Amino acid sequence: MNRFCSLVSGLVFGLGLTISGMTNPEKVINFLNITRSWDPSLAFVMIGAIAVSAPFFSLVKHNKKPWFAETFSWPTLTEIDSKLVVGSLLFGIGWGLIGLCPGPAIASISFLQHSSLAFILAMLAGFALVRAYYLLQQ
Amino acid sequence: MTIIHFTPVSSLLGGLLIGCAVIIFFIGNGRIAGISGITNNLLFSNVNRLDNFLFVLGLILGPVLYQFFTGATIPFVIHSSLMLLVSAGLMVGVGTAIGGGCTSGHGVCGISRFSSRSIVATVLFMLAAILTVYVKGLM
Repeated sequence: MNRFCSLVSGLVFGLGLTISGMTNPEKVINFLNITRSWDPSLAFVMIGAIAVSAPFFSLVKHNKKPWFAETFSWPTLTEIDSKLVVGSLLFGIGWGLIGLCPGPAIASISFLQHSSLAFILAMLAGFALVRAYYLLQQ
Repeated sequence: MTIIHFTPVSSLLGGLLIGCAVIIFFIGNGRIAGISGITNNLLFSNVNRLDNFLFVLGLILGPVLYQFFTGATIPFVIHSSLMLLVSAGLMVGVGTAIGGGCTSGHGVCGISRFSSRSIVATVLFMLAAILTVYVKGLM
């Protein structure tokens, strides 16, 4: 059942990204372009998603375990450190340059466009670089 | 400033679906639906590999399903050189790996849990992205 949940969750997420317009980098750039010709639509994606998941997270706190797994994996980090700050700024610059963040980038694999595949490969290489750096530090 | 291509209804509907996806993954599997983390772990970790694979598969099939049922073509417009695509992809990969999340993990799930880390992350990546688009527009 947990396998089924993973697939369905991914599917619903991908459908949501598509319907919302997040999968079009041009729309994302227009959303970020607040000083010139602005398309505020994508603010409603976050509003919609949080309107559903915020009440859920406050309710689910009282549950002992998920339906199809042993424990809830609540995030444990609480410190606002330089990694969080530098990482988020770097991510924001990359997002603003093209208009793709990881979710829409992965969903766009189905469009079979060279541009999206190039972006994704570079993103995966970025993941690998950070892994390698942490391994070397140990 | 002028408002263009405003689609509040479909964007809100898409957002509600994303919220539902977050709920399904957490109530079913007890996990946060953060896509940079799921993709990263799918490649480099044996833990929950099949679940991560199925989630990513679903994510890729989402647009296919939409296209199948509506018959609509999904717009995907990028005007960028290969050099810029690769640089931006690297920054997104390195940035989300260091910062521990992206628009889904920090922006949706983290803010919904009122996590101060995620709120700081979201404000920072939004500001950086807006500033980047502004500066790029000057060139």
